[in-house]
Amino acid sequence: MANSNTQADFRTRLQDWIPKLVLSPSLAAMLVFVYGFIAFTVYLSFTGSKMLPKYDWIGFENYARLWGLSHWWTAITNLGIFAFLYITICTIIGLGLAIFLDQKIRGEGMLRPIYLYPMALSFIVTGTAWKWIMDPGIGIENTMHLWGWESFEFGWIKDRDMAIYTVVIAAVWQTSGFVMAMFLAGLRGIDNEILKAAQIDGASNWNLYRRIVIPLLRPAFLSAFVILSHLAVKSYDLIIALTGGGPGRATELPATFMYSYTFTRNSMGIGAASAVIMLMTIAAIMTPYLYAELKEKA
Amino acid sequence: MSVATQDTAVSTGRVTRTFIYLLLILFALFYLMPLFVMVANSLKPLPEITGGNMMALPQDWTIEPWLQAWSSAQIGVEPTGLKPYFLNSVLMVVPAVAISTVLGALNGYVLTKWRFRGDSILFGLMLFSCFIPFQIVLIPMAMILGKLGLAGSIPGLVLVHVVYGVGFTTLYYRNYYAAFPTELVRAAMIDGAGFFRIFWRIMLPVSGPITVVSVIWQFTNIWNDFLFGASFGGQSQPMTVALNNLVQSSTGVKEYNVHFAGAILAALPTLLVYIVAGRYFVRGLMAGSVKG
Repeated sequence: MANSNTQADFRTRLQDWIPKLVLSPSLAAMLVFVYGFIAFTVYLSFTGSKMLPKYDWIGFENYARLWGLSHWWTAITNLGIFAFLYITICTIIGLGLAIFLDQKIRGEGMLRPIYLYPMALSFIVTGTAWKWIMDPGIGIENTMHLWGWESFEFGWIKDRDMAIYTVVIAAVWQTSGFVMAMFLAGLRGIDNEILKAAQIDGASNWNLYRRIVIPLLRPAFLSAFVILSHLAVKSYDLIIALTGGGPGRATELPATFMYSYTFTRNSMGIGAASAVIMLMTIAAIMTPYLYAELKEKA
Repeated sequence: MSVATQDTAVSTGRVTRTFIYLLLILFALFYLMPLFVMVANSLKPLPEITGGNMMALPQDWTIEPWLQAWSSAQIGVEPTGLKPYFLNSVLMVVPAVAISTVLGALNGYVLTKWRFRGDSILFGLMLFSCFIPFQIVLIPMAMILGKLGLAGSIPGLVLVHVVYGVGFTTLYYRNYYAAFPTELVRAAMIDGAGFFRIFWRIMLPVSGPITVVSVIWQFTNIWNDFLFGASFGGQSQPMTVALNNLVQSSTGVKEYNVHFAGAILAALPTLLVYIVAGRYFVRGLMAGSVKG
């Protein structure tokens, strides 16, 4: 009797432990590979590491040098321009297409996948395609000339001042359809009774959308903003494939800056400092959002 | 629902509707144009591209660029074509997707049906880890992979992708399982079913939609990854890195047709997955997994 009791006891205790055991490999991996690594990189950013990690503490020197580099300022300014235009244009196109698609459009089933498929591609593929499309020699400019528009000029990708906007074009092409899908899901989730009531009250289409529908889409706007801004800060592959950071350094972003300082310019300390700043930027955007999400669900 | 929409679809005039259709079609052309350019030009001989119109269909159709891109184009220093790198990507993606999805399912199951003190903090930490810029882990990751002897190998890349993918898969399964009635799990427990039995018999059979989401998400992300492949790929570079090497190579004539063929080869797997299973992906997402 006593024996079976302890056995049952053991089984219940095992049942208590199994879930935690199952979760533990992922947790351990996360603690080491995410939070441990973050701590390590933060530490490196306070050391004089060059080609290899060194563990001498030099305080904020790397940060001071980083913010004194014109190269870094170029990267930060570019990120500002790119992120602002990318987020704004994707949101406008995404919202516009979603609203128009929501007007009982014939062929919606065909249009939607066309808008969405770029999201399935790698940024390297997108970059390769747009690199040649925007190349003045064989791309759009050449095509327009052949079609008889002789004075047409589109050489942004070779122009230091304009090259960053070509990155915006390619990135918008890739993601705006996805943003459309998010807004469309939001639109389809709106209670029709509300719209009906407003129409009976004589609201015009414009007012209906401006006063009622768009405010109701707030969650979709928020998700779109969070996803787009985090994609913008992480942008790396697209730059590599589209412009390689050039012409000169004209399209460098923090992600390409970090990579070249760490791995090719042997300034690991500065590279680490730039990575820390990237993390802080994303944390500032994500933390309030995640906190609100979790609180709401709990 | 469709009936209700019919009533409330904003009434629009003929002119407005024409305008809407025009705009929608214009955007469809904008999204399709690069695909058309890639396909059309990958089927042309090189002189037809350099001396012709990017938007024109081939006059002299050829699949030679495709064959070159696949098996003989110069990638880095070796004239191997993209074939070996394609294989690398497959060997990397399959285990990475499988492992991260299984782990995500189990984690999601624990976090919703076997809750314990502090589990939401753990989940919060896990969720945040999905969104970190990977630059913050590149340096220590390179060191650890070197120490483990996994630098430049496929198992090394699999490890990296599992570690940084499991947050997303956990998120998907957790949100999906959260909507599943806990009473059923309780009842099974009272009947004496254990942890794995409940997972196998009760949770898994209803997990189809979210598994599709998780697999597609992971497959697309890992196949399309460039940063980790370029940083840790070494001798086992994935397709994206090889494609970039092919396109950026500064030696010789720029063979645009081969580049386009290579780009389509790199895009083909994810495009196929999207075409075959895209609708299930969207449906699965809507099934209460991620808030839109």
